[in-house]
This record gives sequence, C-alpha cells and structure tokens, in this order.
Amino acid sequence: MPDFVRYAGQFVFFVLVAAFIGYFSNQPIYQQTPDGMAQIKLSFAHGGARKIDCRKLTSKEIAKLPANERRPNTCTRERIPVHIQLTLDGELLYDDLLEATGLSKDGPSRTYRKLVVPAGPHTITARLRDTKRTTGYDYEATHQVTLKPFQNLAVDFKADSGGFKFR
Amino acid sequence: MTIARQVLRGGLDLIEALLGKVFPPAWNPLLNLGALGFFFYWIITVSGIYVYIFFDTGVQNAYASIEYMTHEQWYLAGIMRSLHRYASDALIIVMMLHFVREFARDRYRGVRWFSWVTGIPIMVMVFVAGISGYWLVWDKLAQYVAIVSTEWLDLLPIFGEPIARNFMSPDALESRFFTLMIFMHIAIPLIALAILWIHLQRVTKPRINPPRGLALSVFAALIALSLVHPALSQAPADLAVVPGRIGLDWFYLPLFPLLETLPGSVTWGMSACLLLIMVAMPWLPPLKRAQPAKVDLANCNGCARCFHDCPYNAISLVARSDGTAFEREPIVNPAYCVSCGLCAGSCPTSMPFRRLSDLSPGIDLPDHTMAALRDETEVAARGLTGPARIMVFGCDSGPAVADVRSPSVGIVPLTCIGQLPPAFIDYVISRDLADGIMLTGCRENSCNARFGIEWTKQRLARERDPHLRNRVPRERIRTAWVGPSGASSLRNALSAFATELQNAAAGTDPTAQFDHSPAPREPVDA
Repeated sequence: MPDFVRYAGQFVFFVLVAAFIGYFSNQPIYQQTPDGMAQIKLSFAHGGARKIDCRKLTSKEIAKLPANERRPNTCTRERIPVHIQLTLDGELLYDDLLEATGLSKDGPSRTYRKLVVPAGPHTITARLRDTKRTTGYDYEATHQVTLKPFQNLAVDFKADSGGFKFR
Repeated sequence: MTIARQVLRGGLDLIEALLGKVFPPAWNPLLNLGALGFFFYWIITVSGIYVYIFFDTGVQNAYASIEYMTHEQWYLAGIMRSLHRYASDALIIVMMLHFVREFARDRYRGVRWFSWVTGIPIMVMVFVAGISGYWLVWDKLAQYVAIVSTEWLDLLPIFGEPIARNFMSPDALESRFFTLMIFMHIAIPLIALAILWIHLQRVTKPRINPPRGLALSVFAALIALSLVHPALSQAPADLAVVPGRIGLDWFYLPLFPLLETLPGSVTWGMSACLLLIMVAMPWLPPLKRAQPAKVDLANCNGCARCFHDCPYNAISLVARSDGTAFEREPIVNPAYCVSCGLCAGSCPTSMPFRRLSDLSPGIDLPDHTMAALRDETEVAARGLTGPARIMVFGCDSGPAVADVRSPSVGIVPLTCIGQLPPAFIDYVISRDLADGIMLTGCRENSCNARFGIEWTKQRLARERDPHLRNRVPRERIRTAWVGPSGASSLRNALSAFATELQNAAAGTDPTAQFDHSPAPREPVDA
C-alpha cells in the first residue's frame, strides 16, 4: 500500500475516533423527566413511638441497680412503624407503613421517594402517624402550589420544627 | 465461554488486520491498548493538575470557576479541561478493549489470573473516579449524577441518614460534601495507579509508553477535538429543578438510566454478580494448562538467557546448587510460567545436531520437548517433494498451519514461535530437510507470549543469543506474521516463496543462488 494512502488511512482513523469520543461524551440527550411533568421528593427520617411505653421504676428497682445506672424509667427499644400518606388534589399519591430501622427496630423510620406529577396548580396534603393511635394522624399539612415543568418540590418532615416542610 | 471468546477473537482479529493495513505493527492502536491507557492517564493527570489550580472547591463557585476556564481562559485552561474529559473517555475505550481482548485471546486463565483479577479493581476505580469528576462541575449533569449515585448507594442498608438527602433542596447542600468528592476524585486515581503497579508485577518489560509517533498522533487528535468540540458545562445545577434533559457522557454513565428505572435489588444484584463473575472468570473453567518449563541442571551452565527472555518473570537466578563450577542456576516459578517455551528457544543447548547424547536442553517444556520438536521436524521433512520444499514452523496462536500442509510443504506446530531455537533452522537447511523455512505466527507486536516474534527476529538478525549461524542463507528464510485469520496470507506468502526458491534453484534469480549440497554432518554436542 502506498505511503500516502496509509497516512490518509491513519488520519481517517484518528478523525473517526475523535468524532466518536466527541459525540458520545454528551450525546444522545437523555430525557430523565418527561416534558410537562414536575417532581415531588418526599424524604425524612423520623422515629415512631416505642412499641411498649416506658414504665416508671419503683424505688426498690432503682435501689437494685448499680449506682451509675440508676434512672427513673425503663424502656424497651423497639419502635412502631410510621404511617405516611401523601395526596395530590385529593387523590392518593403515596401511602406507606415505614418500619423502624435497625436490627432491634429501634432506629428511625426512613423514606426517600421521588414522585413524578403533572405540572400545574395542585393541593398537596401530607399526613403522618407516629403513635399507637389507630385512626387519624398525628401530623397533617396541606400546601397549595403551582408546579412548573421540571420543578422539584421537596417535602421534608421534622417533628422538632413543627412537622412537614414544603420547599 | 469458548464460543464467546472465538467470536470476539474473530472480530478483534479483523479489526487488528484492518488497522494493520494503515499502521505499522508498532503503531497499531489495538496492539498498544495498555500503553495507550497509561498515556491517557498521564494526560488526565497533567490536565487535571492544571485545571485544579483554577477550580474553586466551594459548591457555590465551582460552576463559575469552570465557566471561567472554559470561556475566559479557553486557550489553555479550556483546552486542558477538554483534554481532561476526552482523555478520560479514551481511557474507558482502551481499558474496555484491553479487557475484551485479553478475554478473547484467553489470556486471563491459568497463571495469568493475577493480572486479570488485579485489573478489575482498576476498572472499577476508573469508573468511580470519572463519575466523581462529573460532580465537580456542578451543572445539570453533575446534579443528575450526584442524585442517582447517592440514591443508588442509599439502597444499601449501611447509611444512617440517606446520602441523597444532601440534594433534597437548594439549602440542603453543603460545601463539606463537595470537598469529599474532590478528595475522592484525586485519591481514587492514585490508588488505581498503585494497583496498576501490582497489575504489572508478573510481566517483564511491560510496555507502558506507546511509540512516540502514535502518542503524538493520539495527542494531536485529542487537541484537535478539544479545539473543534470543547467540553462545555450544561446549565448550572439547581436543586429546585429536576435536570429534565441531560447530555450524558455515555462512556462513564451508560448504566445510570437503568439505575433509576430498575429496582435496587436488581441493579445491586446484577452489579455484584457481574463483579463476581469477572473475578471468577479465570476459573470458569480453569485452563487446562501445560506443564511449566523444567530446568535440567546437568545441561545448564547458568548462562541466564532464559532468565532474560522469559516474558512473565517466571525465571529467577539463584546460587548453583549442584556443586558444579557454574555460578548460577535458573529456577522456574510454576505459578508464573505460561509454558510458552521462549526459555527453551533461548537455551544454547537446544541443539538439534546433538546425536551423541540425548537432545535434553538446560530448560525445556515437558509437554513439548526439544527432542520431540526435532522428531516432528524430521517426520515433517520426510517425504517432502517438489522443486521447492518448504518447512513451516508455526505457533499455535497464529494461522492454522495444518491448512497449508502439502507434498512440498511440511509443518511443525510450536507453542510460540519463540520456542524455536535458530539452530533448528540451521539444522533443516544444512541437512537438506527442506529448501526453505517459513516462520509464521501472531501479528507483529501481537505475540500471544509477548516477545516470541521480537526475540525470533533478533535471533535471526544475529542481535540476540542464541543467534542464527552465518552459514544459513537468509534468503532461505521467510516470515509471515499474519495472525490467526491470516491463513490466506500465509498461503500467498508460501506460494511466492516457492517461486523464489524455484527461480533460485533454476538460476533465474541471480541474487539468490542456493547451495543445495548438504552441509557436512557435525557431531555437535553442546
């Protein structure tokens, strides 16, 4: 093969490799969220009530404990699941019973959910039950929002700060 | 596995042959994958250091600092940024090709398991380093990569607070988290480099630098790409907005869309299985390996040629143990020996002329001894007829030599062409066992045992011991480094060679007058 053909072949090879790298380094475009949709991201870590309520120790029981371990109450570790519910314009969007984490089920219940919803005006209601009650909820919040396409609305929960936060 | 290997090998061999038409053997990119990988690593390192000078590590200003580099200082920092990205992409390409090629050539089982297994964490680290690098730009792509990566990690029940909560909303992100990513982006490649050193421990003279011409060409191509199509940031990250449409780097992130859509148990399960299978591949099934080379001290003078020629560090020299006056003796580490036979080919006692004693060299392959090789050569020569009798010595990784056998062409298969001591060529010619010798095997620079072709060429050129004796006419030897798919090229080479031999014998080619009288028999007993 003549030298100039070989050099041309090498040139073509490098052009093709460079084009291949250049193209696939950011093409084709990936559509993560469909057009016209927005996202509600619900995430929190919150501990439910203890499965068995704490009990006051009697003075005899306290006296039996080593001096450095004496305390007024005794508690079991296990916590009950947390019930979470999210509705969008009155329609149920997410409903789950979140088990406590940890081998002894003594950690907080956690969730992290991404919910894709149509953009536009919405009424979002979040409810959470963390006690042993069987009906109703311990926390409830309603938020009116007009979601823009691709908007990300974070729904967080912090009991110390009063409950649900919409950001 | 065997079918997959054969299919891949056929495909890669075709590409290798195509590239071989325009590139000289030393420059063929497919035969320099490891060296190119190192080259890209150095480009990434140097460009990364430069970019880091101008990079603001705070999450608020990271994007702006990269925009400054890309647009204000495009002529240097911008090009460096593009080089950093494109060399990283090229690294993925050569790394994956290297991985596939070693699999296709069955160079991952047996004693080669070590290089295979140590290569796997390097691959993982290259991916992790690249992915962590994309976070640092803190554009829409970075936001997507950060969220999907952390959500995927959160599926493991090992984190107290979900890491992805760091990206819940704009006020959630802290620069501290960002600093951790920068540390990872620098530390992981350094750890990968250390493992690369381990990866190369069982090969001698590893090629870690591509030929200068190839390196310059590749570098020029990357520079041209950086100028024509500079790496750009996407819109700045905004945690109040989902990324929507994203330009993904498909070299590093091809599986990210799957991480989002498939259940965590599937993606983690598949990843773990894939990793386990890759690690276990050398034993699925294990290679039915030939016995390692064996030293015969009674015939060894400790010349160290086998030590210098071994491509896999399998031979070491130790103090003599048999009480003879020689200073050293070789010992073979069976865990490193691939039974290629290059050591036997380098041994000066591998002399087929020996008749007074057994042909038992100082080092030999028990499964394919020099004595057996001499017998095979003599059997192959017996009955050769025609005006141009050719003896073909061909390695098992080259073209199927059995296909070219004919009344005038004898064949002798070898483990590797480097197994053939030059004395065998002398033997065939001087004993008039054939009129010409054809050596064939893998493509140049693509030897399955790394140095078989190189050492053979040097031995024939009388540049490396044991070299071909002067009395052997060079015109009677031809080489055809055509690779496993080169059977037709070998046939053409044989046909042309036969014509040359006939012309020389008939005296029509004045440049090649061969003396057909057999050389006097020498009772050589080295």
